[in-house]
Amino acid sequence: MKKTLILTTAIAGLASAAVAAEGEVNVVSWGGAYERSQVEAYNAPFTEQTGIKVNMIAADNPATPLKAQVEARNISGDVFDVEVSDAIRLCDEGALVEIDPAVLPAAPDGTPAEEDFLDGALLDCAVANIFWGTVIAFDETKFADNPPSTAADFFDLEAFPGKRGLPKNPKRTLYLALIADGVPADEIYDKLGSDEGVDQAFAKLDTIKDEVVWWEAGAQPVQLLADGEVTMATGYNGRFFDAMVAEGKPFKIIWDGQYMDLDMFVIPKDSPNPEAAMEYLKFATDTQRLADQAKYIAYGPARKSSAALVGMYQDGETEMAPHMPTNPDHMTSAVMDDPEFWADHDAELTERFNSWLAGS
Amino acid sequence: MANALDPHAAIVTTASGETDGTLTTADGKPLSRALARSQRRAKRRAFLLVLPLLAFILITFVVPIGQMLQRSFYNDGFSANMPQISQWFAENPRGTDPDEAAWTALANDLQVSAEARTIGVVGTRINYDVPGTRSLFTSTGRKVRRGIEPPYDQALLEMDEDWGSSTLWAAMRDASTPYTGNFYLASLDRTRADDGSIQQVEERQRVYVMLFMRTFWLSLLITGLTFLLGFPVAHLLATLPMRKSNLLMILVLLPFWTSLLVRTTSWMVLLQQQGVINDILVWLGVIGGSGRLQMIYNQTGTIIAMTHILLPFMILPLYSVMRTINPSYVRAARSLGATSWTAFRRIYFPQTLPGLGAGALLVFILAVGYYITPALVGGSSGQLISNMIAMHMTDTLNWSMAAALAALLLASVLILYWLYDRMVGIDNLKLG
Amino acid sequence: MAVPTYATPLERSWHYAYLVICGLIFFFLIAPIVVIIPLSFNAEPYFTFTDRMLEFDPEGYSMRWYDSLLTFGMLSPDAPRDASWWADAWANAKWVNAAKNSIIIGFFSTVLATVLGTLAALGLSRPEMPFRRAIMATLISPMIVPLIITATGMFFFYSNPCELLTLFGLDPQCGRLAGTYLGVVLAHATLGIPFVIITVTATLVGFDQSLNRAAASLGANPRTTFFRITMPLILPGVISGALFAFVTSFDEVVAVLFIAGPDQQTIPRQMWNGIREQISPAILAVATLLVIFSIALLTTVELLRRRSERIRGITPH
Repeated sequence: MKKTLILTTAIAGLASAAVAAEGEVNVVSWGGAYERSQVEAYNAPFTEQTGIKVNMIAADNPATPLKAQVEARNISGDVFDVEVSDAIRLCDEGALVEIDPAVLPAAPDGTPAEEDFLDGALLDCAVANIFWGTVIAFDETKFADNPPSTAADFFDLEAFPGKRGLPKNPKRTLYLALIADGVPADEIYDKLGSDEGVDQAFAKLDTIKDEVVWWEAGAQPVQLLADGEVTMATGYNGRFFDAMVAEGKPFKIIWDGQYMDLDMFVIPKDSPNPEAAMEYLKFATDTQRLADQAKYIAYGPARKSSAALVGMYQDGETEMAPHMPTNPDHMTSAVMDDPEFWADHDAELTERFNSWLAGS
Repeated sequence: MANALDPHAAIVTTASGETDGTLTTADGKPLSRALARSQRRAKRRAFLLVLPLLAFILITFVVPIGQMLQRSFYNDGFSANMPQISQWFAENPRGTDPDEAAWTALANDLQVSAEARTIGVVGTRINYDVPGTRSLFTSTGRKVRRGIEPPYDQALLEMDEDWGSSTLWAAMRDASTPYTGNFYLASLDRTRADDGSIQQVEERQRVYVMLFMRTFWLSLLITGLTFLLGFPVAHLLATLPMRKSNLLMILVLLPFWTSLLVRTTSWMVLLQQQGVINDILVWLGVIGGSGRLQMIYNQTGTIIAMTHILLPFMILPLYSVMRTINPSYVRAARSLGATSWTAFRRIYFPQTLPGLGAGALLVFILAVGYYITPALVGGSSGQLISNMIAMHMTDTLNWSMAAALAALLLASVLILYWLYDRMVGIDNLKLG
Repeated sequence: MAVPTYATPLERSWHYAYLVICGLIFFFLIAPIVVIIPLSFNAEPYFTFTDRMLEFDPEGYSMRWYDSLLTFGMLSPDAPRDASWWADAWANAKWVNAAKNSIIIGFFSTVLATVLGTLAALGLSRPEMPFRRAIMATLISPMIVPLIITATGMFFFYSNPCELLTLFGLDPQCGRLAGTYLGVVLAHATLGIPFVIITVTATLVGFDQSLNRAAASLGANPRTTFFRITMPLILPGVISGALFAFVTSFDEVVAVLFIAGPDQQTIPRQMWNGIREQISPAILAVATLLVIFSIALLTTVELLRRRSERIRGITPH
C-alpha cells in the first residue's frame, strides 16, 4: 500500500510539473551564434532585471514550429523570432497577439518608438529586431589565386570547383539562381511570379544540383565550410562573421546578390506566459539592447537610435560597420525581401522545390 | 463453492445418484459444465491480466494513429469555411457552369472568410489540389475585405482572371465535401482532371511513387547487405566454443545497446570529407588530397549507416537458429562424398532459412520506416518516405498528405508484420 | 572451430580467408563506436585525428569538451568553481538538465511499462488466454510501426487528448498532454512495452506452471504465490525487460521531437540539436559517456541472462 502511495504521489508530482512555472518565458530562436548573441544582449540582462528566467529553444526556422503549434492549438513557446513574411501570414490568419507600438519604449532622446523604428520594422503583430543578409561565403585557401566575386561565380563549377552549400528552401535559393543568370535585383519578384521565371531559376539550379550539400540550420553552412565539405556556401552573414572574427576561419564574404530580410519578434495567442512574453519583447527591442546585440553578431539594429551606439565588436578592436548587411557598399545589388510575395507564394514554391529536390 | 469451480481441486466422483452416465463433481453438478465454467473463469482471469495494458495501448497508440489516419480522407478546410458555395456544389451536378447564384455564394463566402481570417485555411486546402492557388485566395481576400460590389462574377474576375479557371472550380467542387480520396491519389502521383477522371500529375511533380520505390529498394539492399555481413559472423559465433563465442557476442551486442544517435554521429565522423576514412585513404595514397570521396549526405551515407545499425537484428536470429543445427548432418554429407560447397549449399544453408527469414523480415520492416539516420546523413538523395512524412508534418503542414503517405507506409509494414507472424511467430522474437 | 583433418588445402585456405572476413565484419561493427572515444579528447575542434594526437603528444588531448558539457548554458561559466558555480551548472547547464529529464522520463516510463507489461505477459503465457495471437500482435506493434507514424499520431492526440470524448458528447476541454512530462512518459512507456512483453514471455516459456499449483495446493493465496514463487523466477526477465524499456526511452528522439515541450529536452533531443547545428567534439564527449553507459547496461543484462538460465536449470546450449 505504502509503495502505491509513493507511486501515486510521484505521478501527481509529475503531472503538476507540467504546469509552467511562474516567472519564465520560452523564446524560440534560430540557434547557434545568433542565439548566443541574443542570450548575451537580451536574456542575461533581462533575467537580472526582472528575475524572469528565459528558456532559449533553437529551431531551424522558428516559424515552422510556430505554425505547427498554432495549427494543433498547442502553443508551447511565448516569443518567436520569425521572418516578416511569416509574421504577416500568421497575423493575417489571426494567430498572433497585436502589438500597439505605443507600449514599446521610446528612444533615449524621447523619440517615440513608432518613429524610431525603420520603415517596415513595425507591423500589427510584430516588432523587428535586426536586419540580416543571406550572403555567399567561400574558403579563401581553396581559391587563393583567383577568388570568386559574384553570384554567377557561385554557379561556375569549372572556374571554381568544389561542392556548394545551399539552404533547403526556395526563398533563399531561387533568387540567387536568377541573379546569377543575369536578372537584375529589382526584377526578381516579377520573374518569380511567373511560371517561366520559376522554370528559369530551377534550370539554373539544375546546373549545380549534383554538387550541392543542402543545409537546414543556420549553423550548418559555417560548419560545412570549416570542415571542407564545401568550398562555397550561402548562409546568414552574422554566422560567417562569427566564424571569421571569433574563430579566425579563412572565409571571405561576397556581398553581390545578398538577400536582405528583417527578423521580427511575435507572440502567439494563447501562449503559456503572455505577460512575461510582452515584457521580454519590450525589453529586447529597446535602443540599448538592439545596439548591444551588434556587439556579438554582425546584424543591423532595426532602430535608428541604436545605429549610433553600434561601435566595436566585443573583442574591442573590430569595427562593425564594414561587416553590417546594411552598409551602403553592400546594398548595391541586394535583393530586398518582399514579405507579401512570400506570404502568398511560399507554400506553393516550397512544394515545387521539394518535388524538384526529391527527384534526383 | 470456490473449490468446486477450481479444475485442480475438482474431485471427480462417480456419484451414487448417477442415472444418465454423466460425470459429476463432488457437489453433484455435471462435470462438463463445471469444467466449462472453470475454464471460462480461467480465461477471464488471464484476460483481466492483459486488459490494463491492452487498454493502455489502445488509448495511447492505436486510437491516436487511427485519428491521425482519418486526416488522410477527411479535410474540412474548405467546406467548413465556405458553406454557401459548398451548398451550391451539392445542388448542382458536375459540369454545371457557375451561374449568378454560384458567384454570389462564392463572393459572400470569401467576404465572411476574409473577415474571420480563415481565408488562408481555405486557400491552403485548394492549393493542395491545384498548386499555386493559395495566393489567389489570400490576395482576393485582402481585396474583398476592402469591399466588393455585384455583379460578383465581373468583380472577382477583375481582381484575378484565374477565378474563371475550370480547374479551380473542379477543385473547389472536390473540396466542398470534407471526405476526399485526393490525398491518396496525390501520394500515388495521380490527380483528378477537370472532368473528374484520374490522371498522372506533371512529370516534374512525380515524387512519391519514386520515393516509395527508393525506400523499398534501399531497404532491400540494406537487408541484402546485412545478410551478407551477418551470415558469416552468425555462423562463426554458432560454431565456436561457448566461451569464445560469448566474448565475440559482445562485439555484436554492444552496437545493439548503443544509442542510435551515437552510432549515426560516429558515421558522420568517419565518412565526412575531412573525416577519418578519407584521411586514412589520403595518407595511404589511395586518393589524392583533392579527390576525397563523398560518402555522406547522399545515398551511400544512408546505406552504410543503416546497414551498421540494423546488422545485429540479422545476426541475432540467424545465430539462435544456427546454434540448434546439428553438425553431424554436414559431416554425414561430407562422408557420403559431397564437397564442402555442396554440403553447405544442400544441407547447412536450408536449415538456416528460418533464422534468415526472421532476420530479413525484421531488418526490412525496420528499414522501411527509418527516419533519424536518413535525416542526418542522407543528404537529398538518401531521404526515405518517412522523411517526406516528417516534412509534410512540420514544414509544409500538409497534414492530410502526411497522413495519406503514412497510411500507405503503415499498410505495407503491417502486411510484412502479418507475414512475419505467419512465418516466424511473434513469440519467437528475441532480443539479445 | 578447427579445420577438420580431412580438409583439402583449398578448404584450408578458404577457412582462413573466412576467419579474416569475419574479423573485418567485427571491425565494421565495433570500430565506429570505438573511434569516437579518443576523438572526444581532441584538443582541437575537429573530428579527425590531429598530428599531435597521432604522436601521442599530451598537448593534443584535453578534457575541454567534457568541461563544455557542464558549462554550456550556464549563466556565469567563467566564475570561480565554488559551490555557487556548481549550483549554476546544476540549474542551468543544458546537458545537465537534459540528463535530469532523460532520467526522470526514463524512470517513470520504465516503471509504467514494466508493471503493465509484466502483468500482460503473465496473462499471455497462460494457456487459457483467448485471442492470444491477435492481442500479442497488437501489444508488440509499437516496436514495428514506423516511429514517425507513431509520433505524428501521438502529436495530434496529445495536443488535445479529450477530442476523443466528443464522440460521446462530452466537453472536450481537459488540457493537453503534449509539452508535459506526463505526455512524454506515456509515449515512452508505449514504446518500451513490447520489449518488456518479449523478454518476460520468453522467461515464462520455461516456467513450470505446476509450481504455482503446488503453492496453491499448499494453501498460498494467488498474491503470495505470485510474490513468493512466480516473481523470483521471472525476475531476471522482468529486470532485463525493464532495462530494455529504459534504454528505449533513454535513446528515443522522434516522439520527443513531436510531443515534448521546452521543459522536456532530453539527452537525445539535445544531441539531435547539436548534430544538426554544429557537431563539435562536445557531441563526441556525450557519445562516449553514452557508450560507457551502454557497456554497463549490456553487462547487467548479460549477467541477468546467465543467472536466469542457471536458476531455471537451463544450461546454455
